[in-house]
Amino acid sequence: MTMSQLPAVASTGRPPILASEGSDYVTMFIAGQLFGIPVLQVHDVLSPQKITRVPLAPPQIAGSLNLRGRIVTTVDVRTCLGLPPRDDGKKSMSIVVDCGNESFNLIVDQVGEVMIMPHHQYEPNPPTLDQRWRDVAGGVFRMDGRLMVVLDVNRLLSFVNDAA
Amino acid sequence: MDDLLRDFLTETNENMAQLDLQLVELEQNPNNPGLLSSIFRLVHTIKGTCGFLGLPRLEKVAHASENVLGKFRDGVLPVTPAAVTLIFRSLDQIKSLLAVLEATEKEPDGNDADLIQALNDMSEGKGLDVAVAAAASAAPEPQETPAPEPVAEAAPEPERVAAPAAQPAPAKAAPAPVAAAPAADHAEAKDSAVAASSVRLSVDLLENLMTQVSELVLARNQLMQLNRTQKDSVFTTSLQRLNHIVSELQDGVMKTRMQPIGNAWTKLPRIIRDLSRELNKKIDLVMLGAETELDRQVLELIKDPLTHMVRNSADHGIELPADRVAAGKPETGTVTLNAYHEGGHIIIEIKDDGKGLAIEKIKAKAIQNGLATEADISGMSDQQIMQFIFKPGFSTAAAVTSVSGRGVGMDVVRTNVEKIGGTIEMFSTVGKGSRFQIKIPLTLAIVSALIVEVAEDRYAIPQLNVVELVRASENSEYKIEYISNTPVLRLRNRLLPLVSLAQLMQLPITKSDVHKGFVVVAQVGNSLFGIMVDRVFDTEEIVVKPVSRALRHITLFSGNTILGDGSVVMILDPNGIAAHAGDIQSSNNAQTDTAAKSSVVRQGSKQSLLLFRAGSAVPKAVPLSLVARLEDFDVHDIEHANGRALIQYRGHLMPIVAIAPEYQLKQEGRQAVLVFSDRDHSMGLAVDEILDIVDEAMNIELTGDRTGQMGTAIIAGKATEIIDVGYFLDKAFGDWFDPAHEGAFNDPQSRNRILLVDDSAFFRNLLTPVLTLAGYQVTTAENPKDAMKYYEEGMEFDAIVSDIEMPQMSGFDFVSQLRREGRWSKLPVIAMSSHTNPRDLERGAEVGFNDYVAKFDREGLLQVLHQHIRGGGAAS
Repeated sequence: MTMSQLPAVASTGRPPILASEGSDYVTMFIAGQLFGIPVLQVHDVLSPQKITRVPLAPPQIAGSLNLRGRIVTTVDVRTCLGLPPRDDGKKSMSIVVDCGNESFNLIVDQVGEVMIMPHHQYEPNPPTLDQRWRDVAGGVFRMDGRLMVVLDVNRLLSFVNDAA
Repeated sequence: MDDLLRDFLTETNENMAQLDLQLVELEQNPNNPGLLSSIFRLVHTIKGTCGFLGLPRLEKVAHASENVLGKFRDGVLPVTPAAVTLIFRSLDQIKSLLAVLEATEKEPDGNDADLIQALNDMSEGKGLDVAVAAAASAAPEPQETPAPEPVAEAAPEPERVAAPAAQPAPAKAAPAPVAAAPAADHAEAKDSAVAASSVRLSVDLLENLMTQVSELVLARNQLMQLNRTQKDSVFTTSLQRLNHIVSELQDGVMKTRMQPIGNAWTKLPRIIRDLSRELNKKIDLVMLGAETELDRQVLELIKDPLTHMVRNSADHGIELPADRVAAGKPETGTVTLNAYHEGGHIIIEIKDDGKGLAIEKIKAKAIQNGLATEADISGMSDQQIMQFIFKPGFSTAAAVTSVSGRGVGMDVVRTNVEKIGGTIEMFSTVGKGSRFQIKIPLTLAIVSALIVEVAEDRYAIPQLNVVELVRASENSEYKIEYISNTPVLRLRNRLLPLVSLAQLMQLPITKSDVHKGFVVVAQVGNSLFGIMVDRVFDTEEIVVKPVSRALRHITLFSGNTILGDGSVVMILDPNGIAAHAGDIQSSNNAQTDTAAKSSVVRQGSKQSLLLFRAGSAVPKAVPLSLVARLEDFDVHDIEHANGRALIQYRGHLMPIVAIAPEYQLKQEGRQAVLVFSDRDHSMGLAVDEILDIVDEAMNIELTGDRTGQMGTAIIAGKATEIIDVGYFLDKAFGDWFDPAHEGAFNDPQSRNRILLVDDSAFFRNLLTPVLTLAGYQVTTAENPKDAMKYYEEGMEFDAIVSDIEMPQMSGFDFVSQLRREGRWSKLPVIAMSSHTNPRDLERGAEVGFNDYVAKFDREGLLQVLHQHIRGGGAAS
């Protein structure tokens, strides 16, 4: 993949201010909203998988799944954002990301294409954004006709360290 | 060959090779301090190990070389080629000695006086010339070095000694400025055979290999599972072959991780030696089964707990020699360590023949440290009390010695053992010693687990903790019963507390019939409990994988794994379940909780129980010691007066009481009656049938809610109601207990304090409410020793009621001790016993009992107490 030649993205999810023109993001939809995760943080994109639920786990955790012999904890991004469970009957997809030496699988509604985001289109979070969203959003990209919210994986998964 | 020697040879040969390299390098860079200290350290290690193994000849040579190297290092002596040559010579001598050692397992005879002399001269700075001379004129050396070499292989040795720079590092040897450096190839050819036959590997590499093999096992399992669903698959034969190979590979890789447990014990003899000095004790350490092998990882984890426990045994267990002699034991105490394999597990026992666990001290400590209240403890068996030593915040050492009591207690030991899926059990006999048994899995990487289903999800339970499986259903012998929402299972002759996994995990209970399902009987430490599951599948070999950080706080799970079909399942941790279950039960119903707990540890002394049936089909029991006679009256002899059934019995009128108000006496034939009697009064309890007399420990597992019933216990394999004789006595002689009389006592300020000493919990439970009801403030003690503790604590009582027959110290001894001196010497003491014969009465009066009451004679007791306390009858 040519992606590896692209400039590294800071782990905060904020696009670094580099000389290059933009960064690549894997895009996804959650409840109609477009989100993006820096491509270098993404390991895998998975079709629906069999997920084993884990009783007594934090509510955000949907369970565990077997990713080629590795057990990966699955997090429901909808729950993290305080959104209701999906009810359109369509199958969810998921994205495997790394966070602190461990992989996590994030369930989203749908995974889109990889897009290059020009830096000049980046804006910090609007201060009026819902607290839950502000906690996990690493800024917004202005695109033609729509906005892409950067999903900050580390902040999204910060509850992991709180739980441990 | 001895393992130790083999290790030594391997290690030393490696060190020698390194030394050769480094010395050559040193000659080139004489002022490299890092190199110098590295060389010094290597030689020092060789010297140290030789000394440890008792190889004096090697040690002396190494020591002399070390002296010279020390001088190099400190800059006292210049690093000259001559000096280095001399060091090389001594290294070669060491090598030749090692070669003989390898062949014969002992050092050759003779000495290396001249070489050592040369080295010493060198280190003193005077013998530079001598050394050079000695090195240069190496020719005479062979004759001087011990000629009588006992072994053939050792024959070429003189040659090698003569070739001072025979480094087995030819590449580097070439530029070495040592003049006489005819790199002797044959010397290299003779490289230690031992060294060649073993390889040192980094543990990481092995760990990695093990992980890979574990994955391979999983993949194999998945393939096998897939294949099972196919009929006449073409893969079957190949898969079987793969299966075998993987199994063998797994075994092989596992073996690379195995180490003899003796490796974890090497420090212990020294510890025991130091301890016996420090504590002035004589202690022998016996180590059995040191060759038993177990996984390196397990070994590492078990090392510290073992050391701690051996320390404990020596420190707390073994008595001082004088005390041992006084107790009739040999002066020298023995701590025995024993390790052996048992069905996929390693059992490690730590045993001592010391004084055993001091129950009383543990009790006091538990109360002092706030781990339990006095009330909690009074209801506990010795076994339960002993468990306190495993509680965090408990340390039995009265004084914190430098030996134990460093804040790491047995709780840490238990945690460590349980962390690796092990269990620890404890057995202790006062005066005889104690024994700890640790059961740990052979390896942690792959465990056998039982796969169960709860609320449509599967979970794995480590087989290690599974004792048995019971299928429970409404109609079978085993059915799940509920006591105020707490499920229990009658399993043979005990009530097994059950834990509903679904409930514990807050899952919806999908099964409509809560009485059905499987019960996995699990053991954690000494406690046994049942885990209710919906279905049970197979056992499967699983590879334990650590859970994600996000889930690590859930103590119910010890890990997760991937099953043969590729799905992820959580591995249940029975320790965690037990801990959770305890919480749930205590929050729901404290009463049931203690009942459940007491059923877990079946303890208590046996007593004769009379089993009978009255009113219902449920058998009932009463301690035989309370029953005066068993009678069988003709129903026509039973008279009715004043609404009560009476019979003329031994010149008195004896009331006959029914077990329940609705119970009807027989109209025809004969009526069986249990006669309870004290000096003046007798009472008959009408029963349907006398069943049996059995000797059993009576553990009341469920406290009774009905009047006249103390609770339910399992006796002779059946749930049996234990009847409260006191209640029936009350009923029979109710008229004579006029509560109005005792009214004066009910002012708490003027309440008289009674100390009740009885070893039987039954009687303590029986009498405490009676006495309290009568206006006394009651404190109980299980034995005279406990009672004396209250004395020491400065507590005051108005009277003591004491049993006669008690283990350790009888009531007679107790009262005579009281009478001898102290605050309590004038206290009224009432004896209480189930047998009242004249001789006992006489003896009781002799030793100082003020009065004597039959055990179940509540009314008599109250009268006597009233008389002695109120009537100022304290003088005796």
